Amino acid sequence: MSLMVLREQLNVLVNSMFLEGLLDAQFRQLQMLQDASNPGFVAEVITLFCEDSERMLTELTKLLDQAVVDYQKVDAYVHQLKGSSSSVGAQSVKLSCIQFKQFCEENNKEGCLSELNMVKHQYYSLRSKFETMLQLEQRIQAYDSEQQN
Amino acid sequence: MAVDAEAQFHVLAVDDSLMDRKLIERLLKTSSSFQVTTVDSGSKALEVLGLKEEDQTSTSALSPQHNEIEVNLVITDYCMPGMTGYDLLKKIKESSSLKDIPVVIMSSENVPSRINRCLEGGAEEFFLKPVQLSDMRRLGPHILKGKHKEQQQLHQEENSNTNHTIMGSSNNNNMSNKRKVMDEEILSDRTRLGFSSSSLNLI
Repeated sequence: MSLMVLREQLNVLVNSMFLEGLLDAQFRQLQMLQDASNPGFVAEVITLFCEDSERMLTELTKLLDQAVVDYQKVDAYVHQLKGSSSSVGAQSVKLSCIQFKQFCEENNKEGCLSELNMVKHQYYSLRSKFETMLQLEQRIQAYDSEQQN
Repeated sequence: MAVDAEAQFHVLAVDDSLMDRKLIERLLKTSSSFQVTTVDSGSKALEVLGLKEEDQTSTSALSPQHNEIEVNLVITDYCMPGMTGYDLLKKIKESSSLKDIPVVIMSSENVPSRINRCLEGGAEEFFLKPVQLSDMRRLGPHILKGKHKEQQQLHQEENSNTNHTIMGSSNNNNMSNKRKVMDEEILSDRTRLGFSSSSLNLI
């Protein structure tokens, strides 16, 4: 597949993610921070985001599984998740976290459980698209470095 | 003397989130040729700053062998476990050796009372997260203020103008296209410094 086609595929994918509300303007900022001297920056941030998120989703699941829920701890994790999704431009995840925080403040267990499911759903949809994105990026960069040789 | 004049402007970034540390480091390095050190807590920040025992009785003193690193600006997250960004700000401002270091606070929450408290506590700026490239411009005056003091100590004649920034002025040819185009658009309305390259190390 030609470099041009790969680039086109990547653009289409990223644009669709914006249109669907999965990503927001912060993601564009990340793209702007990537350059020839730091070609892996976006991939690195995405990877960190995914690791962070999965860790937090695991903790949140455990916390909400308790008979008596420690809402302070839940809130702390949701706050963290909201922060990292905001930093990477993961809009749909961030919005879900905002709702989640609301339920937390109300000590609403059902609301929290339902919102946790929503966050997971949003996160996993995003992750699968991120994976495709990173694969395309890798192929493009491999092409680029091949061409330079 | 010559070595000091060549020393890069050194920013200490404090944030408990690894992601945010990566981001702020990239933002700082992209917008200007800063040297950046990142730490994940206020207490580590104080260690790096070399806070001495006589300045702060509640902070542990450093061992005599510990080398102090010179820091020209501290940028810290507000919400951190243990020592908050505000606590760190206060400790820096209460220290005779560190009080002149400009401190910038970042927070994901737009709480006016928090912002005021930080500014009144001596913070130079308050950045809302996620921090953007355009926010980096707001560091300009604080960098120049710090550098200017240093330069006056080292050199007798100086052209200074506090309305100038030193953002990315000499490093353009080393950076790549698209991002720098964006940066140059941002920077094109700012006047470049009149300093010669021998007095500042931006090459």
